[in-house]
Formats: sequence, structure tokens, C-alpha cells
Amino acid sequence: MEQSKLLALQDAARKIRIGIIEGTHAAKSGHPGGSLSIADVMAYLYFEEMNVDPADPKKEDRDRFVLSKGHCAPALYATLATRGFFPTEELLTLRKIGSRLQGHPDMTLTPGVDMSAGSLGLGISSAAGMALAAKIDHKDYRVYTVVGDGESEEGQVWEACMFAAHYKLDNLCVVIDWNGLQIDGPVTEVMNPTPHDKKLEAFGFHVISIDGHDFDAIEAAFAEAKTVKGKPTAIIAKTVKGKGVSFMENKVNWHGSAPNDEQCAEALAELKA
Amino acid sequence: MAEKIATRESYGTALVELAEKYDFVVLDADLAEATKTVKFKKAYPDRFFDCGIAEGNMMSVAAGIATTGKPVFASSFAMFAAGRAFEQVRNSIGYPHLNVKIGATHAGITVGEDGATHQCNEDIALMRTIPGMTIVNPSDAVEAKAAVEAALNTNGPFYLRFGRFAVPVINDTPDYKFELGKGVQLADGTDVTIVATGLMVSMALEARELLAAEGISARVINIHTIKPIDREILAKAVADTGALVTAEEHNVIGGLGAAVTEVVCETAPAPVVRVGMNDTYGHSGTVPALLEQYGLTPAKIAEAAKKAILLKK
Repeated sequence: MEQSKLLALQDAARKIRIGIIEGTHAAKSGHPGGSLSIADVMAYLYFEEMNVDPADPKKEDRDRFVLSKGHCAPALYATLATRGFFPTEELLTLRKIGSRLQGHPDMTLTPGVDMSAGSLGLGISSAAGMALAAKIDHKDYRVYTVVGDGESEEGQVWEACMFAAHYKLDNLCVVIDWNGLQIDGPVTEVMNPTPHDKKLEAFGFHVISIDGHDFDAIEAAFAEAKTVKGKPTAIIAKTVKGKGVSFMENKVNWHGSAPNDEQCAEALAELKA
Repeated sequence: MAEKIATRESYGTALVELAEKYDFVVLDADLAEATKTVKFKKAYPDRFFDCGIAEGNMMSVAAGIATTGKPVFASSFAMFAAGRAFEQVRNSIGYPHLNVKIGATHAGITVGEDGATHQCNEDIALMRTIPGMTIVNPSDAVEAKAAVEAALNTNGPFYLRFGRFAVPVINDTPDYKFELGKGVQLADGTDVTIVATGLMVSMALEARELLAAEGISARVINIHTIKPIDREILAKAVADTGALVTAEEHNVIGGLGAAVTEVVCETAPAPVVRVGMNDTYGHSGTVPALLEQYGLTPAKIAEAAKKAILLKK
């Protein structure tokens, strides 16, 4: 990837991470860990990959995105704000009464949110439904969804995978955010859903495994996904929970707790350095 | 004796008949032969998608399709559509107020021999608690067809409740008109009002005859739209007759009886006696045997009517 493009993506991801920290800090609650882990994927999707228009968030031929791991809404909101769907100042209203930024994504409130999701396992099914709708209408838009590794313990995720492969939804790209931690501990200890690659292949997916913080790898994976015909693609993105904030990295307690004033200042100092 | 048709048959037929007028797709969960969406599947194979035995996924898929502007019918038995997939209906369809029509068949105990696991007496209660959900429980094949078209003319989540068992056609009159949210007064009376829904409506008319033989004058109201319920027709029934009986093929908790009681208590309190499944599971058996066993009969409605009259102040 060209250096200028890489720098732009890194800058977008940095802004997204700042938005996540500022938003969850202001809310005094939320899920920074899994939001930070997907920041690079989100930056690539909204700044390079997807056909979206902040001035026309509902344009018919847009690519769609469903945040199946909806508790990481701070990442989605920060991405949308950074991309220009709404003012970044609004991120400070996260989870507050009267805000358009609900604890989990609400498509009826937030510009750019294509589907309400967050009850785990539901979003990937809706993404599959959107992909099927594109096929029915002979439209060429693509549908992207990010599923948590812990989320893949939900049976509905696999119902959706069966469905997507059965209807040959090659316009569907599922990203599994493999950060390895869920609320009760390491994913492999709580209820081991691995191996994702072999399971997804057995379910009829084209599977690509990448480092979810390497923009070259992210770019190559999304490019490869578009060449796959007759089956959906899954990108297993190995990520670090809390990525970008040293004291949050690989710490399970940052799954669902917000930084206090001091922690927020420290995190922002790192991200703005 | 009136012709008998199951409302699920009418559902399948209506989907086919409305397919040219409206652009929609139909989903089923391996029950197309039973829900009768098979009729649509045969006529419009490119607009029908089987989701297999995975009702939760089907509801969230339906929601995803609906975001693109296309109405979707998602069908299964009531037990699985409203029961198994409740959370998907609530969060994927209800919360974003998406245009999904849930075609739930085999509701109530008239499923028959399959028994209690498949006899859903809780679906109305479950669906009533979802904000923005419209619920229609048609009384016969004529009303069932009208309800399907009404669903297409309504933007948002819509629960259609159909039965397996063939029931008498009572609405095949030249002036029949389906008005969503409006109760229908089928017969007037002065001593008591029987408020019925679904297959209990024809039984309510029979109960009225039984009561008439004893010199009791009963009004009969068909409530096809359980949500939003017709508050006006209920208030008028209270004012005119002073006592109500509800009749439904559903648990008396949470269904029509509860909905009517809520309205009556909040407006003009009057006795309401509920006929329905008395907080119990069903059982295997023939439909006539089951209706008798659980007291879903004209005689039991008439008995309840007399009880309601005695409760008047």
C-alpha cells in the first residue's frame, strides 16, 4: 500500500480510537476493549472499502455494514463521525438520555447505521438477509458484518453461516474479530469456539486469516473476498483487545468498563503522541 | 352448515393472489407444506426462500431484507415464530420497526394430535408486549385473506395468527369489509356481550343462540385486531350490556381476555369473564375432543355469559 494511503488509514484509526476513549469516558460505561480491537478494520471499511456517502446515508446502492458485536458501538460511532456522518462532538453524548448514540446501534436514530444489532448472533443473520436482498434485486452492493469471537458461541451465528453458504451469498463478507477475550475470561476457556477456520470452511465459507491490525493484510483480504464467487467469505482477524492503549491491551477487565478521568487522559496522551 | 376452511389455507392462497399487486418475499422454516406458503413457493419460486429449521435466523434474515425496502412474510408454526424466535422478533424486527409480516400458523390447541409442545397458547401474550406490533387473529378464511392484504398496507411489524383446523366461513357476505383495528359487531344484544377472536367467533354466535333459548340477549363482537384493540366498541359494549365474556383459543393470561380486561378496567369497570385455556398446557387428541376437554365450546361460553350477568352490580 502506498505510504500516503497507509498514513491516512492510520490517522483515521487513531481518530476512531480517540473517539472510543472519549465516548466511553463521557458515558462512564461501555465497551472500549472490543471497540479498540476493531478500529483498524473499521477504518479500512469506511475509508477505503465501502461505497458509502455521509451526505446520503441511505442511498440505495450503498454497501451495508452490520455490527453484529453491537456492544462495540463506540467504534462504529467514532468511525461514522470521523467519516463525516455526524459531528465528532456528538460522541460525547454516548449512552446519555436523549442521545442518538444508544448503548447498542439503533438504525432508526443514528445516521449511517444500517441495522440495529447488539443482541449477539442476530446481526450476522440480518447481514445475510441484506445480501440476499441484493441478489433478489440484482444489485451489486456488498454487505459487511463484524462478529465477535465470543459471539460465535451463539448458535444463531452458525445458522446464519449455513444460510449464507446455502444461498451462495458471495456478496457477504463476515469479519470475525479474534481478540481472544470475552467477559468471563479467555474465549478458549469460557467455551471454546475454535477452530474458526475449519468450522467456517466446513460451513461453506471462503476463509482468510489475517493480522487485523495490518492494513496491507486487511486490504488484501477484502480484495480477495471480492474475487470469490458462489460462496461467502469470512475474514478471521487476529486482533488485540484494547489495541492502541497500552494498559488496556489484552486485559479482559476492559471488555465492559470505561476509563476514569486519569485513565482517559493517559489513553489520550498515548493515542495523540 | 357453513363451508369450513382453515385460515392457513387462506393465508397461502392470499400470498399468491397478492403477489402481482405487491412486491414482497416469503420465508419459511421447513414447514411450507403445513403453513401453506408452499402455494406461493410453487407460483413464485424466485421470491420464496426456505430457511430450514432455524427460526431465529429466519426472523433476523427477514429483518435484514426488510431494511432494503421490501416487505417480507416469515412463516412457521406459532410455537416457533412467536415462542422460539421471540427475541429475534423483538430485537431484529420490533425494535427497528421493520416491515416484516409474521405468518404464524398452527396456533392454539387445534393443532390436535401433535400435542402440547406444538400447541401455542402464549403467542398473543408474547406479541402484545412488543411495542409497535400489530396483531390480527382472523375468525375465518375470508377475514384471513383480508388480513394479509391489510398487513401489506401497514408499514411495520405485523403478527398474523392462523389455525390448522378447518373452521366455518362466517364472513362471506357481500358487504364484508375488513377494517384494521376495528371490532365487528356481528349480532346485537342487551344483557351481555361476548367478545371473541379467531375460531371462537363462530362459537360465540352459537352461544348466543343457546342464551336466546333461555331468554338472554347477547351481543357478539369479533375482535380480529387484538393490537391495537378497538377501545370504543368495548366501551360501548360495557355501556349497553354491563357485562362481558371473552372467548379465545389462547391462555386467558395475556391474550384477548387480558387485553379486554385492561381496557375495561381503565375506562368503565364491569365484570369480564374469560373463556380460554386456563393457564394450562394442551394435550394430544382430536380437535373436537380437545375443544371439549378445555372448555372451548358454545356451551361454556354461554355458561360464562350467565356468570358475567350475575356479577353485574
